[in-house]
Amino acid sequence: MTAVDVPTPATGTRQPILQARNLVKTFGKVVGLDGVSLDLYPGEVLAIIGDNGAGKSTLIKCLTGAEIPDTGELLVSGQQVHFKRPQDARAHGIETVYQNLAVSPALDVASNLFLGREERLPGPLGSIFRVLDTKGMRRKAKAELIRLGISTLQDVTVPVENLSGGQRQAVAVARAAAFGSKVVVLDEPTAALGVRESNQVLQLVRDLRDRGLPVILISHNMPHVFDVADRIHIQRLGKCAATITPQSHSMTDAVAIMTGAATA
Amino acid sequence: MTQQQQAAGPPAEKPTDPAEEFLDRSTPLSRIRNVLHRYPALSPAIVLLVAVVVFGILNDRFLRVENLSLITQQVSVVGTLAIAQTLIILTAGIDLSVGAVMILASMVVAQMTVNNGMPAPLALVAGLVVGLAAGALNGFLVTRFKLPPFIVTLGTLNIFIALTLLYSGGSTVRGSSMPALLTWMGSTFPVGPVRISTGVVTMLLLYIAVAFILGKTAWGRHVYAVGDDKEAARLAGIPVNRVLMSVYLAAGAVLAVGAWIQIGRTNAASPNAGVDLNLDSITAVVIGGTSLFGGRGSVWGSLLGALIVGVFRNGLSLAGLDVLFQTLAVGVLIIVAVSVDQWIRKVKS
Repeated sequence: MTAVDVPTPATGTRQPILQARNLVKTFGKVVGLDGVSLDLYPGEVLAIIGDNGAGKSTLIKCLTGAEIPDTGELLVSGQQVHFKRPQDARAHGIETVYQNLAVSPALDVASNLFLGREERLPGPLGSIFRVLDTKGMRRKAKAELIRLGISTLQDVTVPVENLSGGQRQAVAVARAAAFGSKVVVLDEPTAALGVRESNQVLQLVRDLRDRGLPVILISHNMPHVFDVADRIHIQRLGKCAATITPQSHSMTDAVAIMTGAATA
Repeated sequence: MTQQQQAAGPPAEKPTDPAEEFLDRSTPLSRIRNVLHRYPALSPAIVLLVAVVVFGILNDRFLRVENLSLITQQVSVVGTLAIAQTLIILTAGIDLSVGAVMILASMVVAQMTVNNGMPAPLALVAGLVVGLAAGALNGFLVTRFKLPPFIVTLGTLNIFIALTLLYSGGSTVRGSSMPALLTWMGSTFPVGPVRISTGVVTMLLLYIAVAFILGKTAWGRHVYAVGDDKEAARLAGIPVNRVLMSVYLAAGAVLAVGAWIQIGRTNAASPNAGVDLNLDSITAVVIGGTSLFGGRGSVWGSLLGALIVGVFRNGLSLAGLDVLFQTLAVGVLIIVAVSVDQWIRKVKS
């Protein structure tokens, strides 16, 4: 194995929030994951990079419950877990922001934040007539955005379709980061964005980390990865080729490891 | 002209690059568009108001209370079907079978009492079962077989028409031979100078109930989310198929009530009635500003849409124009309504 664990200030001796041990996932004869391990510590941004077909997506899907690994184990805060559906991962505080942004354009920001977990009014209005607590949800949405430090979304009553790409990404990230989640997984969050909006999203990732929420970031964009990541997990041919830091290696090194031209 | 605050946009963000400044430019026209975008029932409301004023000027009989009361009664059946149609169109579907389901239910209700001697309340329950079963079949085919709603309901439209004719033997049941409860929806009572039919009141109560459910409950919000972006709704943890199924069932229940209103309105249950009702309900929904692409619109818009069609037909006939011109006007209305909808949806603030 060429995997090298580089200790950083973020890791130390602390208990990882999310751990994967020797995950194996095959699709017929194709080996998607070939014994991959990964640790995510509190308050760090862990980037996952790799060429197409290196197993990034399969790894993420196993971590978020979208795929079930053949063998290997997953631990959340040291406790072993088995995810059969994305909802199982969500129940353990692992929230995913998908590449295609799971937001409803015609609904407003607050409705999107609470989509699928709406809150009803207290009393018979809520329990019998099932009336939503729209005002309460708006108030909580606003408070949650302030807590997360998302300043680009001022008005939670604006339909998401009226927002810019960066703001929409912020809505999706806010939904993932809000309401007591432990881990946020971002799949290519800057792929569809311009320079300025990408920077806003990267700043958002830093803000989340600074508030103690660990982030897993999947990206093709090396400058973005080296900009925000504390550690970088490099997938190659279904295995973890190396785990490096932006301090220990250069972008060129990372690309070389990714393509197999070098080892860590 | 350079940096005007937009009417309905989010609070101004300081534009830093020229491109954004260019996009932010707002004209009076774009401000109107923003307002219309925010309140989807506003444009049909304006059209209805203008139509009423114009027809009132053209013919002084138009604004008489008897005439206005007649229009509401003429609209009650299509208006009810439009509720069911709105629910389905909001999920980015379409239901070509609403009229056929309603007629089938009305035939079952009528025949059960007249031929099988079933008590009227029980027959109405049988009609409800027919509506729910039809909705369940449509919903099942849409959610399990992943068939486009257009194709599913095109198929079930023919199935339901055939079932209606097979069941009824092609014969009409007259209202005079039915128990009074079945034709109750056609009875009218005076409210001041106006006579209102029970059917119209029932339709309005259905509108209030459905508007409440769509606007105030999680289910309503999920209906919009599913129609807006199915995949996004699924990823947000919404049980998409269950929502779709419940929408088709709810539509079926509304159609059963529609069958009752139809019997009262025509004082008969005829297997050949309402061939146009399928498309008329879609017309009402579309003119009411609900988007055929799903996720946008309101049930009140559909009521306005149904009223607009009713007002045009009534007003044009009072103005002495041939029936064909009414149909022509409705066709023009549909195209104008969808064009306006497309233009409104280009909003970017």
